[in-house]
Amino acid sequence: MRLFSIFKDILSSLVQGPVTRDYPAHPRAPFPGTRGKLVIDETKCIYCGMCARKCPAHALTVTRKPDQEWRFERFRCILCGACVENCPKKCLALVDRNAPDPAAPK
Amino acid sequence: MSMLVPFGPQHPVLPEPLQLRLELSDEKVISALPVIGYVHRGLERLAEQKDFIQDTYLIERVCGICSFIHSMTYCMGIEEMMNIAVPPRALYLRTVWSELHRMHSHLLALGLLADAFGFENLFYSLWRIREEIMDAMEATTGGRVMLGSCCIGGVRKDIDPAQAQFVLEKLANVERALKRPAEVLIGDYTVKQRLVGVGVIDGKKAYELGAVGPTLRGSGVLRDHRTTGYAAYGELDFEPVVEQDGDCYARTLVRIGELRQSIALVRQALGKLPDSELKTPFKGNPEGEVAVRAEQPRGEVLYYLRGNGTDKLERLRIRTPTFANIAPLLTMLVGCNLADVAVIILSIDPCISCTER
Amino acid sequence: MMTVQENLTLENQQERIGALLLRGYRFVTMTVVDVGEAFDIYYHFDLDYEMTVYKLALPKGTELPSISGICFAAVIVENEIQDLFGIKVVNLAIEYERHFLLAPDAPAAPFCRVPGVGVTAVATDGKGNLSAPPPAPPLASAPADAAAMQGGVR
Repeated sequence: MRLFSIFKDILSSLVQGPVTRDYPAHPRAPFPGTRGKLVIDETKCIYCGMCARKCPAHALTVTRKPDQEWRFERFRCILCGACVENCPKKCLALVDRNAPDPAAPK
Repeated sequence: MSMLVPFGPQHPVLPEPLQLRLELSDEKVISALPVIGYVHRGLERLAEQKDFIQDTYLIERVCGICSFIHSMTYCMGIEEMMNIAVPPRALYLRTVWSELHRMHSHLLALGLLADAFGFENLFYSLWRIREEIMDAMEATTGGRVMLGSCCIGGVRKDIDPAQAQFVLEKLANVERALKRPAEVLIGDYTVKQRLVGVGVIDGKKAYELGAVGPTLRGSGVLRDHRTTGYAAYGELDFEPVVEQDGDCYARTLVRIGELRQSIALVRQALGKLPDSELKTPFKGNPEGEVAVRAEQPRGEVLYYLRGNGTDKLERLRIRTPTFANIAPLLTMLVGCNLADVAVIILSIDPCISCTER
Repeated sequence: MMTVQENLTLENQQERIGALLLRGYRFVTMTVVDVGEAFDIYYHFDLDYEMTVYKLALPKGTELPSISGICFAAVIVENEIQDLFGIKVVNLAIEYERHFLLAPDAPAAPFCRVPGVGVTAVATDGKGNLSAPPPAPPLASAPADAAAMQGGVR
């Protein structure tokens, strides 16, 4: 009849210390390719609207006339990457959430 | 004199809302009536309004625990309808991610089962191991839960040798860290008192009631859809895990056995990754009807797809394993004590978001 | 591609499905597809990893006899199709009266695509949005599960 067999696990946990890191003092470096947010290089965008057509969550709206506008609703995005794959000019990318935003033109 | 006690939908032990109306006499359950519908999203109907490529991203989100296998089964269905051959490397990568999902799902289920009988220390020990697998998934695909890496015709991302090495290191950590919690779960006297002989269902009854997955394999009936050889399972060797007793303890042993087997399967698959392209391009729209099945951590999942030549599917039907396991659950609950109800429900590993889609 | 092994009629449904179950087939699920004037109802069974499918064409407005008497596993999915497609299923082992998955104020038969006799469909505007909220069905005076609550002490 084996009792208290959890104690070995408890002792080894006490010895090895906590597995959690003390964020935000020591944040973990993100893995390359982590999908956190969508960024666009506006200089390359031709406002074709391909990304808006492929988005499953209707997060993107692109208008050409009368003004060229690329609108992104971040809370609707599901980070699937369909827009990134289908953009003909490759101006979209999914980067880590804490990566700096590319500097806005103008 | 019988008493009606509603178990759920808000219960500290349940991961998802499920209500069971229990009719009790003293402490014994006489009958149970399931009431579901708290997380019904109508995904099957929504899938008819998006085109079949966008549906890949929608189907992933049916469930968070088995999400990759949902999208893989959907892609297998569309590929069968449109006669697309998947390249070998993609088949192996799909197997790797499916098995990673199976591991993290079983660890989740075992942790919640430990929580059901109050053993929170064991619950946290098991979920601590799960973090290694989540890191492995994030490093290879960019997402911890929603991988987004399966697409029609193959996979979208590759695992390069450095990432494969990282995954193998994580697996070694998992194997080492699993030893002590598994010993506790299998051998400790107090755990066995709560699990052995509780929620017994015999193999024939389970089969007739439509049970699938560890619920069926824990009762002595060998049905594991992976033995049919879809994805790369035909080229990897593994033995399905079967136990005979049909109680919660047997189902726990099945899950621990499958965990160890999944570690071996991922190592085999990463060792044998062939070189080929990642996806086959295709044109056209799906037409016809097809029914495909795969083995999720909780059992067999069935996808029925019907296309009519347009880019939107006419019907998408998903029958998830927990849906099939509800009927055996009602039989298992008859005659048990009220304190065992939580343990029995969690031993079938309920995933209600899958059940109600 | 999925091949249908046999087309059932309402008369031979119980007997043919009973024959399959006696031979050791496991009930997998039922699928309903709305094809306009009728529903295509598929019964999926499995034996040793081979799937057998029986099909029943049910004109809209007809009642469907339940197989939950011979196969208890079907009771869950038959209640679901009652809710979602508005099909009336008779002789169910556990009857939820259209409140299995849907709330009392949900639209009726939301999965029906083409309105027909006996079912009401939900109108959409082609972009996936409801064009007008459907009128809520009147709430039952007692909750639909009043029968289950009788005889219980709250």
